[in-house]
Amino acid sequence: MSLAPGFSVEQKVSERMDDSTALPVNETGSGPQQKRVSGFQRVLRFTARRFVALFLTVLVGVYLTIVIANMGGAVDELRKGEIAQSIAMGVSMNPEMRRLDPEKRAQIIEEMTRLQEQRLGLDQPFAIRSLTFLRNAMLLDLGFAENLTSDSGSRFVRAIILERLPPTLLLMGMSYLLLFFISVFFALYLSRRYGSFLDRLVVTLAPTSSAPAWFYGLFLILIFAVFLGVLPYSGMVSAPPPANKFVYAASVARHLILPVAAVIVAAIWSSTYSWRTFFLIYSSEDYVEMAKAKGLSSREIENRYVLRPTLPTIITNFALLLIGLWTGAIILETVFNWPGLGRLFYSAINIYDTPVIVGETVIYAYLLAVTVFVLDFVYVLVDPRVRIGGGSEGA
Amino acid sequence: MIAFLKSLGQLKRYPSAVGGIIIIILLIALAVYAVSTIPYSEAIRLWRGGEDVWGESPRLAAPVWVDWFNRQKMSHSIIVSSLDGTAERTETDGGKTQLLTFPVHYAYDNFPEEIVIFFTSHYADKPPHVALKWYTPDGREIRITETSAKAAQTYRPGQDSKLTRRLKGTVAEMGFFQDPESETRKVLKGDYKMVMEIHTFEQDSTVDAKLVMHGQVSGLAGTDDRRRDLMVALLWGTPVALAFGLLAALGTSVTTMIIAAIGVWYGKWIDATIQRVTEVNMILPFLPILIMVGTLYTRSIWVILGMSILLSIFGSGIKSYRAVFMQVKESPYIEAAKAYGASDLRIIFRYMIPRVIPMLIPQLVTAIPSFVFLEASLALLGLADPVLPTWGKVINDARSQGALFHGQYYWMLEPAVLLMLTGLGFAMLGFALDRIFNPRLRGL
Repeated sequence: MSLAPGFSVEQKVSERMDDSTALPVNETGSGPQQKRVSGFQRVLRFTARRFVALFLTVLVGVYLTIVIANMGGAVDELRKGEIAQSIAMGVSMNPEMRRLDPEKRAQIIEEMTRLQEQRLGLDQPFAIRSLTFLRNAMLLDLGFAENLTSDSGSRFVRAIILERLPPTLLLMGMSYLLLFFISVFFALYLSRRYGSFLDRLVVTLAPTSSAPAWFYGLFLILIFAVFLGVLPYSGMVSAPPPANKFVYAASVARHLILPVAAVIVAAIWSSTYSWRTFFLIYSSEDYVEMAKAKGLSSREIENRYVLRPTLPTIITNFALLLIGLWTGAIILETVFNWPGLGRLFYSAINIYDTPVIVGETVIYAYLLAVTVFVLDFVYVLVDPRVRIGGGSEGA
Repeated sequence: MIAFLKSLGQLKRYPSAVGGIIIIILLIALAVYAVSTIPYSEAIRLWRGGEDVWGESPRLAAPVWVDWFNRQKMSHSIIVSSLDGTAERTETDGGKTQLLTFPVHYAYDNFPEEIVIFFTSHYADKPPHVALKWYTPDGREIRITETSAKAAQTYRPGQDSKLTRRLKGTVAEMGFFQDPESETRKVLKGDYKMVMEIHTFEQDSTVDAKLVMHGQVSGLAGTDDRRRDLMVALLWGTPVALAFGLLAALGTSVTTMIIAAIGVWYGKWIDATIQRVTEVNMILPFLPILIMVGTLYTRSIWVILGMSILLSIFGSGIKSYRAVFMQVKESPYIEAAKAYGASDLRIIFRYMIPRVIPMLIPQLVTAIPSFVFLEASLALLGLADPVLPTWGKVINDARSQGALFHGQYYWMLEPAVLLMLTGLGFAMLGFALDRIFNPRLRGL
């Protein structure tokens, strides 16, 4: 989330290198200074600490988002101007008001503006308003959008987001899950056939992933929609939408092919490359040599000695990928005209619809925090070297 | 240091690294060429120019090399003007009647896109009278129009309905060059001429004219919907992209490294603060914040650059550097430095950071394309720098004008290919550097 789509690749490589040099992830510090406490107490204390730390992180992150999305209160001024203008317009158009003398009319305009500002809470200073926003956001009371509406006409931010969620989950879920599983299994396969033609091909093609998905999307549109004319240019379903459910699904599937292909084509090579390198590093460990010497089958070696120690990293990546789906891909969705959360976010920014921006961010922040929290415990389950609360709770 | 240079020498063994370096050198050469031939202010003037700057160049013309792939030769632009002497001026009747002859050699298979005639005339009260005629190679004479030439005037034969009627319903662009013998619309190749008969009514009154026939192809890069030569944007996009990518990557990775080193060395609350800031920053939406800054404050590329550096400093890079510095901090040589009484800053900058530079370099190089593409991504959302020509802006223009729907593929492909080359060049070098400097990757 914190970085543009193009970043994910390099990032993954570096993260993974990091993990491989400094596993276990959380517990880089050494533990001897620790006082001996009972296991249960330690778990409890660790849980409480993590909980508080993550909560504060979310709090600060969401508050910053609120301040930035409101441009430190500048958006309020814009809105006040809008209100004053629309009321002045409304009054001057009203024939009954036109007969009043100008002084009286100005007074009425002023009074109406004041009431309207009061109704929207604009009479309070931004510092106080931002705290109210923060409380509402943290309680997931997302409120009303300023201008955006859902297709059904609702102003509830919740309704708007829920309406845009399925297309994003469909597109991003499909492409990232496919990408993840294809690259992990392809990488496992390659790590067994180190140095083969396919392996070298992947190494050679890895740099092509420096371009983001939307970039490949343009080329795919050019080839499959313009030249060959076999797939639609963009959109989610053909217009008018088919009434028959099966025809509808088929149409969505056809529209899905190009964006999903764009994501996969863009990232598959470097993703496979980094996973393959990661697996190779682990398969050159001494204990793997030992297992080979013992004469274990390659499948057994892979399951027990390569996949097992790499499991925490695989799980971390998978979990972060799952929550990464939440925000959608702003540019990919723009290029393919896909009615998802990414484009919602973009249009919200363009018309200063801060409740929608904050709503999407706060949900993302919670998802991220919960995931990080859960991962801490998952590590204990999958990696016997990690002990809850062992060492500093640094990273 | 020597070991470091030696490792760089290993690059020769990686063909992809050599390829990457060649691409990067070519791009840098292109950037230098662009900056030296078109100065900054000139680039902006050209890119922001309207009809006054680009009046002579055709709209949406493909690049000339498109011709090489077609058997039919596309029409090129032809400009004949009495001002630069390409049109011939003869005087009769004691200077009262002048004849301007505009020779046109036409050898293309396609008709011109657009014909425009620009007049400029000097007179005090009575504007001169002009009569235009068109002569074809097979000896036909076509009356174009008669008009009085005002001080500055533009005449488009293609939009003259009387002329179109005279040409039996075909517009001038076709009617002028059509072979009357052929059933299908075919160009009659040969030497045409336009003759302009000028009658002046005052002593020093003169008329100058320029005949512009916009072709279907123009220049090595083609033109866009506002007649601008795309070459300007392609050339100037190079230094902009390289500067943006390099500065952002350098700013981000070096600062990140220094902050991580300081955090690890001092530890305690400094380290904890850095960690918390990083975590908060991970929640902040990166691209949306840039979009907000672009929408609400400024679209200047340098502000956006600063924001992207600021937001990326506390990225996940800090965590990986931190892990490495943790190990470095425990090394015996650091202890030796402490023992001789080196200051904190000395230890950080002279002992800890140099140790990690081999890890920094590949990351820096691979980060460059991501920032180059970030600039293009922002341009695609309409948030590009308002004055500077960039590749992303060309792609955005092409997309919003439906270039792909109308078959103007060059418009999108040219900047895209340059972007791709930049991405590939740096990524190829970066991947190779990573394999050289990262001992765990060596030989993999």
